[in-house]
This record gives sequence, C-alpha cells and structure tokens, in this order.
Amino acid sequence: MTQIVDTGTMQPAQAPAPDEQGTGAFRTFVRQLMRSKTGFLGFCVFTLMVLICLIGPLLTPNDLPTNTNLIYGPASWGHPFGYDSEGRDVLIQVIDGGRAVILVGFLAALISTVIAVVFGALAAYLGGRVDSVIVTATDIVLTVPSIILLAVLAAFYRVGDSITLAVILGVLGWPGLLRAVRAQVFSLKQREYIEAAKLLDLGTGRIVIREILPNMASFILMNFVIGMTNAIYAMAGLYLLGLAPMQGDNWGIMINFAWTRGAIFFDGSLGYILGPVLSICILQLSLVTMARSFEEILNPRLRHN
Amino acid sequence: MAATESLDTDEPEKGSKPAGRTSSTTRYVVGRVVKAFLTIYVVATAIFFLVRLLPGNPVDVYINQQIAQYGMSYQEASNAAAGLFSFDPNESKFMQYLHYLGGLVQGDLGTSLLSPGSSVTSQIGAYLPWTLFSVGIALIISFVLGIGIGMAMAYRRGGIFDHAMTLVASITHSIPNFLLAMMIIVFFGVQLEWLPIANMRGAYSPGVHPEFSLYFLSDAFYHAALPMFVYVLTSLGGWMLVMKSSTVETLGEDYVTVARARGLTDRRIQVQYVGRNAMLPLFTSFVLSLGFVVGGSILVEQVTQYQGIGFLLYEAVQRRDYPVLQGILLIVTISVVLANLVADLLYSRVDPRIRITSKEG
Repeated sequence: MTQIVDTGTMQPAQAPAPDEQGTGAFRTFVRQLMRSKTGFLGFCVFTLMVLICLIGPLLTPNDLPTNTNLIYGPASWGHPFGYDSEGRDVLIQVIDGGRAVILVGFLAALISTVIAVVFGALAAYLGGRVDSVIVTATDIVLTVPSIILLAVLAAFYRVGDSITLAVILGVLGWPGLLRAVRAQVFSLKQREYIEAAKLLDLGTGRIVIREILPNMASFILMNFVIGMTNAIYAMAGLYLLGLAPMQGDNWGIMINFAWTRGAIFFDGSLGYILGPVLSICILQLSLVTMARSFEEILNPRLRHN
Repeated sequence: MAATESLDTDEPEKGSKPAGRTSSTTRYVVGRVVKAFLTIYVVATAIFFLVRLLPGNPVDVYINQQIAQYGMSYQEASNAAAGLFSFDPNESKFMQYLHYLGGLVQGDLGTSLLSPGSSVTSQIGAYLPWTLFSVGIALIISFVLGIGIGMAMAYRRGGIFDHAMTLVASITHSIPNFLLAMMIIVFFGVQLEWLPIANMRGAYSPGVHPEFSLYFLSDAFYHAALPMFVYVLTSLGGWMLVMKSSTVETLGEDYVTVARARGLTDRRIQVQYVGRNAMLPLFTSFVLSLGFVVGGSILVEQVTQYQGIGFLLYEAVQRRDYPVLQGILLIVTISVVLANLVADLLYSRVDPRIRITSKEG
C-alpha cells in the first residue's frame, strides 16, 4: 500500500498494484518499516531476539547441572544474571526460555487473526443478519474480562501443553481484531473497484480474498503484532498465577519460581527475576514499536513532517 | 477508523426529523439494554455448562471426594454439593439449570467450598469494592492526564516534546502492568527499601474499620497507592497516543478550517471544536478499558498483595474454590456490562453520531 504514503491521504489504496500480492508483500513490509526509525529498530530487536531464542538453545548445554554452592550466586561477567535457587546459570535459562513464549504468542496471534479476518470480512461484506449475529457474539466475548475467563477456565481444566495454551489464548483473542477488520472491510467494500468487481460477478469469496484482503495486508499485520503482545501478556499472567503448564524452560515459569520462592529478597538472585522480566518487556516493546510504525504508515497524518 | 467518513454524510437527514429521532433513540436504548441482559445471560449459561457438563466437573469431583474422605452416603454428599453450587444434582439437567438461573436472579451464587458458611456473594461484596475503588480512580487520573498530554503532543507534532512523550508512551504501554509492579517492588521495596511494602499490603491497615472519615480514607489511599500508580503508568501511554491521533485527525476536519476562517480564538477552537470532538471516540474505550483493567487486576493485586477481587480470585484459583471462581467471573462480567451500558447510553446523549455508528461501525 505504498500509494497511501505517496498521495498523503488516509484513503486505503484505490486499486491493488500487481506486485503487492504474494511475494511482494514481504518486500513492501520491510520497505514500510524502514520509513520509521523506531519501527525499524523494533523490527531489528525482535528479529535478534527470535534468532537468539531459536538458535541459542542449540549452543547451550542441554542439562544445566544443579550446584548447591552456587545457589543465588552473584552475577559476574560470564554469568551476568547470576544463579537461581538450584545453582543453575540464569542467562542460559533466559536464552532457552524465550522459544516457548515467542512460539505460543505467534501461534495464538495466528489463530485469532484467522478467526478475526474470516468472520470480520464476512460480517462486513455480507451485512444483514450474518453481520448482526457476528457483532453480537463479538460484543459478548469482548465484555467478558479475558484474563479472568482464562484463569477460571485454566482452573477447571488443567492446561496440558503449550500448544493447548496457544489454542486457548488464540480462541479468546479475536474480538478486538474482528471489530477492526470489520470496520476496515466495511470502508473498503464501498470503493469503486469493488463495485466493479461485483458487477463483473466475480463471486463473494474471490472478491474478499483477492480484491479486499490484499489491500489490508499492512493493517492485518499490525493487528497480528498487537494480537501477539496480548497473547504474551496473558501467557505471562497465567504463568505467574501458576495456571499454565509448568514444565521446560520458559520465561513465565522462571518469573513464577523466582517470585514464589522469594528470590527477590536475595541480592545475588536479582538476575533470576530481572532476566525473564526484562526479556518479556523488551520483546513487548519491540512488538509495540513495530505495530506503531504500521499505524503511522496507515495514517500518514500521524507522521512527523 | 476509516468508517467515520462515510458516517458523517447520513447525519443531516437524521437530525432534521425530530419525530424519527426520538423513535430511533428509543430503539437504540432498548436494543442496548436487551444486549446487556443477553450478555449476562450467555455468560451465566456458559458457566453452568462449563461446571456441569464438561469432563472433570467440580460437582462430581466434590461428591466423590466427600464420599471417599468422610464416608458420606451419596445422598449426603450430593446435598452438600447442592448447597455449594446452588442447584440440586438429583434433578434433571434442565431443572437444575432453571433453579440455577432462579438462584442467580435472587443473588444466590452458592457457598464457598473452603470457607463453609460464607456465601460467595458476601465474599465478593467484601473484595470487589476495593478493586473498583483503586481501578476507577487510577483510570480517571490516567484518562485526564492522557487527554491533556495527547492534545499537547498533537499541537507540537514533530517537536522534542512529541518525540519524548511518544517514546515514554511506547515504553510504559508495552510493559505488562504486573511486571512493572514486580520491578517497583524489587527495586524500591526490597533493594532501596524506600517503600514499606510489607505495611502496604491489603486494602486497609489491620485494626482500621471501613468508615467515612479522613483517617480511613487516607489509610485506604496509602494501601491502594502502589496498584494505582501501576495502573496509571501503564494505561497513560495508551490514552496519550490515542488522543494524539484523534486530535491530529480532528485538526484536519473541514469544520476546524471553517472555525479558523471565522476568526474564532485559538483557545475556543482548541477546546470546543478540536478537544471535544477528538475526545468523544475515547469515551467508549474509557469504559471498555474499565473491564480490561478490572480483569488485569488479578495479576497486579497478586503481586502487590492488594486485597481486591483479583486477590480473591487468585486465592480461589489456588484452592480450586469453584463456586467462588464462577461467582467472580459472573459478577465482574455483570459490572463491566453495566458500566458499558451506562457509558453507551450517556454517549448517545453527548454525540448524535452514535446512532449511525451503532449500525455501521
């Protein structure tokens, strides 16, 4: 959607340029990010974190030895976050613990984005009864405080593994996205070229998938990123409450253990809690700056010039 | 966002017919009230089926536990379960459901599993006000501050102030509120010992009784200060950014240009034309955010040990006190639904565009 930027209006692109579909989407994405310095920085930090969390665990020892002499041991250059309550290096745990957080966040956001885009587009495009049913359902799910709902659900049914956790988070995360998508499709469907497509009788599915959705790529991507931050927030919260699966390496588990075992009261163990807390904060910050730079692209009046 | 452009065009005809306006307002109000009750009904029903029909339901678990542990007969155990979950397990599912709904209408949410004799309603009554107090005041503070700073950012767009505030907003906006609370406790409570975190636990000091006096009020604020500070700081950034973009958008509207052309004073344009119109879209999200913050309070209250509804929920989750869990979910949902209802009804009085918005956007 580079046209928006060039014309300086906030109208979505009038017609889809051929190279913007399919493979061109990623290039457009990077080019748009480069326009905003903070957005690009966020993108770099995020990529770096993803790489460290995906590749890092391959380079660290699989089994961290517990060492009673090092319990809550102080930080040093080689071990900047110190040691935990079992004398294991915290930095290595932080490197190993990001993978699950990022994957669950990504999967949850993917699920809720698919639900939001499919039903949001259908609601706006078909209108009438379909629209009012979808909107009512959305409003209902949106009003129930999702963290409380998650806590109650997790208390009734023990969540077994991270995939289940991601599915639950994704299934509860769509209402906000759906509203945004619906509003956007609603305005897009009134553009001339969609009218033209309708006159040509191209079929609802084709018009929605080929003509409307490609024009919303940036918009959907922005909401996907926001969905990821929401899922990560909810996931960290569930871990803090001890309601998510407590196995393996995970920033959420680390925070829970550090907090419930009173690590904050020992000077040497400050890194045990700060390591994962800062990691989550930096991850969220990088995602939010990315989402914000997309917002600036979609709404050029916000840009500084 | 983009839908608003098409909405404004329908407005003149609607506004010009007073008779049509009244009936559409009535229809809107009735529709909103029906929707609010529908939401509450759906949540109550969902809770009933979650507890009863899905695998591992706490009613059967409780009955079997009582039989195994205390050698109760099935009859005795299911009578006890009936009192807890406010329906009789011997009835047909449908009758149970009707009795459950009947109980809810009378305010009967059952009895706590772990504090026998204490009704769920009374427990929630003791904890919920503290959350509404701390969250409500924090929300008002952050909203007012955010509106002010956001407008200032829009007018000084591109300047140092705007850049600095955007950076601050992005950072505070992205830090999860309970992690911020943790960091404050670790640094200012434990390391520097500036905050007497042990004394600040709870909703008020032991020995102090809730009453309407300056002494009690200051005590309540003392205990609520930490969670309130966390809510304000983490939601302020969002308001600033939304208000900035709303103001920027309003500044581009034709009626602002017209107002300038009419030679109105800058102050009047800023307050009456830009400020008022830029603020309107934020009004609904203001109340909607009450729900999000009340929901998020479970985490902040757990970390700061503030005894609000979130604290009670955490205790109930830890001890698997299912009647209390379902009661909290229901009561918090009802309070959020009612808050939204009031906001929407007030909003439709303030902004005539709402009738069209409710249809399309």
